[in-house]
Amino acid sequence: MSILLDKDTTFIVQGITGREAINLTRECLDYGSRIVGGVTPGRKGREVHGVPVFDTVAQAVENHGGPIDGSVVTVPPGFTKDAVIEAIANGIKLLVIVTERIPRGDVAEMVEFADMHGARIIGPNCLGLIVPGVCKMGGIGGPAKDAAKSYEPGVVGVMSRSGGMTTEISSSLTAAGLGVSTAVSIGGDAIIGSTYAELMPYFEADEQTKAIVIYTEPGGRMEAQLAEWKTENNSRLPIVAFMAGKFMDDEEMQGMSFGHAGTIVEGKEDSANEKIKRLEEAGIRVVERIDEIPDVVKERIEG
Amino acid sequence: MRFYEYEARKIVELAGIPVTKYGFCQTADEARRVAEDIGGPTVIKSQVLTGGRMKAGGVQFADTPEEAAEHAANILELEINGLRPVGVLVDPKAEIKQEYYAGVVWDGTAKKPLMLFSDMGGIDIEQVAEDHPDHVGRGHISNLLPVGDFEAKQVIAATGVTGSQLNRATPILAKLARLFRDNDMLLAEINPLAELTDGTFVALDAHMEMEDEAVGRQKKLLRKELGIAEEDTRDNYVPSEFEKNVKAIDAADHRGVIQGKDHGFKGNLGLVIGAGGGSLTLTDAVRSQGGKPANYSEIGGNPSVAKACGLAKEVLQKDGVEKIAVMMSIVSNTRVDIVARGVIKACLELGKDPAETIAIFRIPGAWEDEGSKILDHYGVEYCDRTVSLWDAAGRAVAKIQGASA
Repeated sequence: MSILLDKDTTFIVQGITGREAINLTRECLDYGSRIVGGVTPGRKGREVHGVPVFDTVAQAVENHGGPIDGSVVTVPPGFTKDAVIEAIANGIKLLVIVTERIPRGDVAEMVEFADMHGARIIGPNCLGLIVPGVCKMGGIGGPAKDAAKSYEPGVVGVMSRSGGMTTEISSSLTAAGLGVSTAVSIGGDAIIGSTYAELMPYFEADEQTKAIVIYTEPGGRMEAQLAEWKTENNSRLPIVAFMAGKFMDDEEMQGMSFGHAGTIVEGKEDSANEKIKRLEEAGIRVVERIDEIPDVVKERIEG
Repeated sequence: MRFYEYEARKIVELAGIPVTKYGFCQTADEARRVAEDIGGPTVIKSQVLTGGRMKAGGVQFADTPEEAAEHAANILELEINGLRPVGVLVDPKAEIKQEYYAGVVWDGTAKKPLMLFSDMGGIDIEQVAEDHPDHVGRGHISNLLPVGDFEAKQVIAATGVTGSQLNRATPILAKLARLFRDNDMLLAEINPLAELTDGTFVALDAHMEMEDEAVGRQKKLLRKELGIAEEDTRDNYVPSEFEKNVKAIDAADHRGVIQGKDHGFKGNLGLVIGAGGGSLTLTDAVRSQGGKPANYSEIGGNPSVAKACGLAKEVLQKDGVEKIAVMMSIVSNTRVDIVARGVIKACLELGKDPAETIAIFRIPGAWEDEGSKILDHYGVEYCDRTVSLWDAAGRAVAKIQGASA
């Protein structure tokens, strides 16, 4: 099994005629995903790699002849909120928002709207999610043949604030013979649709998943939230964490952000060291070296 | 984007929150005229984007317009934390009965703005929250639904405030919450919110910060109401030569993305690494193994040869850089051969031997075979994904330490 996505999941791509969207459409189709339409206002009647383009989400749903499960949203930041709300208003329940630099207030509005309609948002500023050997939703893992190299089906659920590191870590799990159940690039912004703790119940319910690996960074309270969740829920899943950006704890780096917008440290609780402490207190093993991950996961599954 | 106090007060005023009859002045003469208009004791406050004004002497009290002018003249010349003020604010000296705190911040976990109120104003709210938690009221507001006055009332009442004080403070906190949402603020604070001896409430100081991502759609407030010029970004970060040059190289070519920072880095190992999370991981891996990075960088999105060459050259020309490490996480769309060509070109153009200069080259990605051929030709040590980010960084560190010894 997997979380959020399976071989039957249908989705559309909003902003499908953009350069990046055309690429990810090709990649997803090649990997076996069911893309049933694309939306770019004013471009109705075109096709992108055989996928029909519509002006509205409603037209895509009508053409499909029934509800569509998901949407990958790749429209510019100023238009993202409307696109996401349009998708949810037309019955779509899973949104992957690729767009970067969306104002926080817009993200929060989308998330609240999604909550009211039982929809889930992944991102923004993310590469989406992948179920190895089955399908992927977003640019995660790159072209199908490259994704096949990095991702093989297996027992580890991966969640990462960095899109690239989702694949780097999954590749090492694949090389170690552990494989990946579902990998989610959760996004690099300060406010995102789905945090680690919010995705944990899905992994908890997925029989295939035997362990979790998270990639984390300074900034925000997402790790503290996961530590609290783990303590409160007595989870069956061992969690292994890797913390990047420890150099940002240096005096000279205060108030700067590196890599992702969400890495800006706004309070003492957001620093790398403070986060490591909280994770470890909750029984989450934080590894020092990225290449220790597969061995520690094996140990934890067996132990 | 940060605001000066006089602008923050204007934002508060535009939202319908009462303020004192303050004036913003850029000369001592203007300060005298404003003080004459006020016609009583005044406070002269430095307008500067840094804390600790009071301690530094940037806030002075005056009984007469002449005294106000004198203080203004001094404060206008006074640097605080290395920053010169843009002017002074002349404010009537208020007859305060009680000081309160009203604020709105983001709660990233709840993904909603959080209203805060305290009847212990005038001091740091975090300190109050720690020492007197029962004196801080809190409440989230919706991102979608209108903010009701009752929501503000609940937050204030939770601190034990009642009577006319509750009724006067309620619309102020509600308006502050609305302006926070309408103006894309990251922080909106009135501290102190003062109850005067006549029972009225006024904002005596305000602190506002707007999200940079939203500046483009807040033009009406920024340009028209506050008269802030487009190029005035309020970013007091001064980029280094290296940072400026890398930015210029990136802007000159739309293919690929490069970034470079060297604030706080002073090492001998130059880094050409990428991207986002990979750069954070690699910078740590170099440091943890005893290496001294000369910079932070990001390269990705399939850059041109010129861009890869430009970044490598800038890194190589930094003071104290002996070698560079070229390392990336698995990025499928960046062509290895192009990055290889770029960094080798940078070495050659600076008269350096690529085999000596490039400590390690780790790029799993597209066109790996082509890349290997080029690197082989110049005798550069390279590796693919089978060597972890940690080990690649370790090999670079070992090499440079061997070289320096």
